[in-house]
Formats: sequence, C-alpha cells, structure tokens
Amino acid sequence: MDSILSLSNVSKSYGNFPVLKGIDLDIRKGEFVAILGSNGAGKTTLVKIMSTLSSPSEGVVEISGHNVADDPASVRSMIGVISHETHLYNDLTAEENLRFFGKMYGIRGDGLEDRINELLEQVELSGRSDDRVVTFSRGMKQRLSIARSLIHEPQLLFLDEPYTGLDQHASRTFEKVLQDLDPKDTTRVMVTHDLIRTFQMCNRVVILDHGRIVFDSPMSDVGSAEELKEIYISNVKSHSSI
Amino acid sequence: MIRILDIAAKDLKEEFRTKQMLNSMVIFSLLVIVIFSISFGPILGSSENVEMVAPGVLWIAFIFAGSIGLSRSFVAELENGCLEGLKLCPVSRAAIYTGKAVANIVLMLIVEIITIPIFVILFNYNIGGLFLPGLVIALGTIGFVCVGTLLSALTVNTRTREILLPVLLLPLVLPVLIPAVMATGSALSGASMGDISQELRLLLVYDVVFFLVAQLVFEYVIQD
Repeated sequence: MDSILSLSNVSKSYGNFPVLKGIDLDIRKGEFVAILGSNGAGKTTLVKIMSTLSSPSEGVVEISGHNVADDPASVRSMIGVISHETHLYNDLTAEENLRFFGKMYGIRGDGLEDRINELLEQVELSGRSDDRVVTFSRGMKQRLSIARSLIHEPQLLFLDEPYTGLDQHASRTFEKVLQDLDPKDTTRVMVTHDLIRTFQMCNRVVILDHGRIVFDSPMSDVGSAEELKEIYISNVKSHSSI
Repeated sequence: MIRILDIAAKDLKEEFRTKQMLNSMVIFSLLVIVIFSISFGPILGSSENVEMVAPGVLWIAFIFAGSIGLSRSFVAELENGCLEGLKLCPVSRAAIYTGKAVANIVLMLIVEIITIPIFVILFNYNIGGLFLPGLVIALGTIGFVCVGTLLSALTVNTRTREILLPVLLLPLVLPVLIPAVMATGSALSGASMGDISQELRLLLVYDVVFFLVAQLVFEYVIQD
C-alpha cells in the first residue's frame, strides 16, 4: 500500500524542554493507527504537528507528498481532525455549522447541500438540523463534529482523544460512524488512552513514551486486549493514564 | 475574497442571533452621549462651544463601545476550540483576520448609525451635511477596527482581556483618533472636502498601513 503520512526525524521542543525526539513514522493508506502513551508523552503535540497546527523544531512531515511546513493549505484540504473540542459554533444550527465549514473547504452549491444532508443522516442528526448547537448534548455535538470533519471527504482523519466526555450510547454511535468509513477512502490516526477500543478498532498500534516511539506493530501481532495492556505497561515508564 | 465574506457573514449571523455584543455596545454608546449631554449641556451654551466639544464626545462613545465589541470578537472562537477548527481549514490567516475585521466594522457602523441621531438631538447640533461626516467616521472606524481586531486576537487568551485590550489599543489608535475627531468636527459643521483633505489623507494612510501590517502579523498572533 502507498504511504499517505510520513514523518522523518521529527522533534519538537518548547524552550529547552523536548517534547518529541526524532520521530520516524510511516502510515499507509487505509490503516487505522492508534497512538498510545501516558499523559505528557507527546501524543497531542504529534497530532498538532501532523495537522499543521504546530511546526516541528526539526524534521519533515509529508502528507501525500506535500510538505506540511511548505504547503499547509494543500495538506489542510486533505485532512480532517476530530478532538475532544468539537470546533462547532454554539449559536449556529447544525446545518449552518456544516455549511460554514464546507464553504471554508471550497465546497458550494448543490454539492454542499447534498453532502450536508448525507452527513447529517449518517450521524443521525437529520431531525435536529435546524437546532442550534448550544441545545445539543455532548454526544450529539461530537457526532456533529464527525460530520464537520468529514465534510470535505478527507483522505486522512486525525482523532485526538475523541471519546472524552461521551456516554456509552454516544460512544457506540461514534464508533459505528468511524467504522462505516471506507478504509480505501479514509486513513485514520487515533490518539487515545483506551486500550480495549484500540484493540477492537485499530489495525496498527504505536506507543509513545517521553517523546519517542517505543513500540510500533500491526494489531494482528498483538493477541488480545490483555496482551496490549502488558505491552503498554512494559514499554511506558509512567503508565498512570491506563 | 469570498471566504472573507463567509467568515464575516458567520460572525454577523451569530451576533444578530444573540445580540450579545450589539446590545452592550449600543447601550454603552448611548449612555456616554446622555451623560455628557446632561453634564455639559447647561455650561456649553452657544452652538460654537457645542461644536468644539461634541465631536470628542462622539468619538469617546464610539471608541469605548467599540472596545467592548472588540474584546468579545475572538471569545466566540475560543468556545469549543472554534479558532482551531478555523485554522485547520485551507484558508489563509489573512482571510480569517479580514473576515473578523469586516464583521467588526459592520457592527461598529450600526452602533454609530444609532448613536449619531441621538447625539444630534441631545446636543442640539446642526449638521452641515451627511456624506462628509459619514466618510470621516467610516475611515476612523476602519483604522480603529484594523488595530482592534489584531489586538483582540492577541489578548483573547489572557484572563484580563477586557482591561488589557483598551490599555493596548488606545495609545495605538491615537494617530487615527486625533485627525478623526478634528475632521468629524469640521465635517459636521459643514466644511468642504478640501478643508479637511489633510486629515482625510492621514486617516486613509493610517487605515492602509495598519490593515497591511495586521494582515502580515496575524499569523504569528494566532500561532500556538
């Protein structure tokens, strides 16, 4: 399979404090990669660098051959980001939020309206399309956040602890939407602390510790969720987050 | 260009729906005019005295009402991490800045359109014309908002943004305030464009310079 995301010797420091140290990572099209690590391991910083929100102190990040530092606009049109923050405007309706972000990605006219209806149906919010986001529950906001991040049909989807604050029902709906994405169209990279969900959903696991990759393996080589937990504990010096 | 208008339209749609900023700005602006008219009305006497004081009063109302609006301009973008969502879109940072500035200019112009008739009535002011005072006030507003929108983004992550913004903003907008007040007074009294051409040129240069500088530095202001 072709590579969609490649990181070469990526480091990031805040002042004298190194957060990422020489990260090399290659992600192929269609993979669903989990990035695990304790708090402060550098997971969110890594996602911010990969998604153009932050620049690496050293190294090169390329998405589909485009250098993230040199050509951020092209990269942004290829990626979607779902985080614990929904990136939604409270005083706009669900439909208005999607329409606004669609326009920001250069989608307009009937194509945009069709895409909005399709996504609202997919995240089971068609009945609430004209309601303001401020009236939504946390789970509904997160589902709408998925629709927002998929409006431009990104090739690469970053998920930064997307389950934070979701109840069981909202988590299941969220999972279903994620699993319904065609891996041929969308590669997924998820930062999480949830080892069971990682084992069930992802096909590759990367463990970060103190800014370095300490484990990288296909999920097929990990026998069970219990085994993943053992691997995590043995590789992470501070494992307070599991 | 079209994305600038999309961002401005989104901001205005949110504001017209809640009217959080607009109501506060209008009420504050009117309060300033009423308080000044009550305080100075009896001692101003002749229309010449009114013409000397009133333009300053008008701009005090605009500037402080504007500061209230500007201090909230980026707050909505902080809720739910919307600014991050906007930064993730393939839109230039300059477009984000300009879109926000356009929305702020529209809001300030609405406040000014409501304030000016009340000002005219309370100060018993005889306006010489509408076009020239409108042009001066619009140019002054653009300069004020160009700087204010940038500083609003700069201070939005601080806990004391409501205090910090006017403290930083007022010294920086002095070069626009002085010609704006002078030209507003003259224009309201019926001066011709030739009479205030120097002030108009100053305002225009200030607007262009600050708009361009703000566009260039905005990327660094909103960087993580």
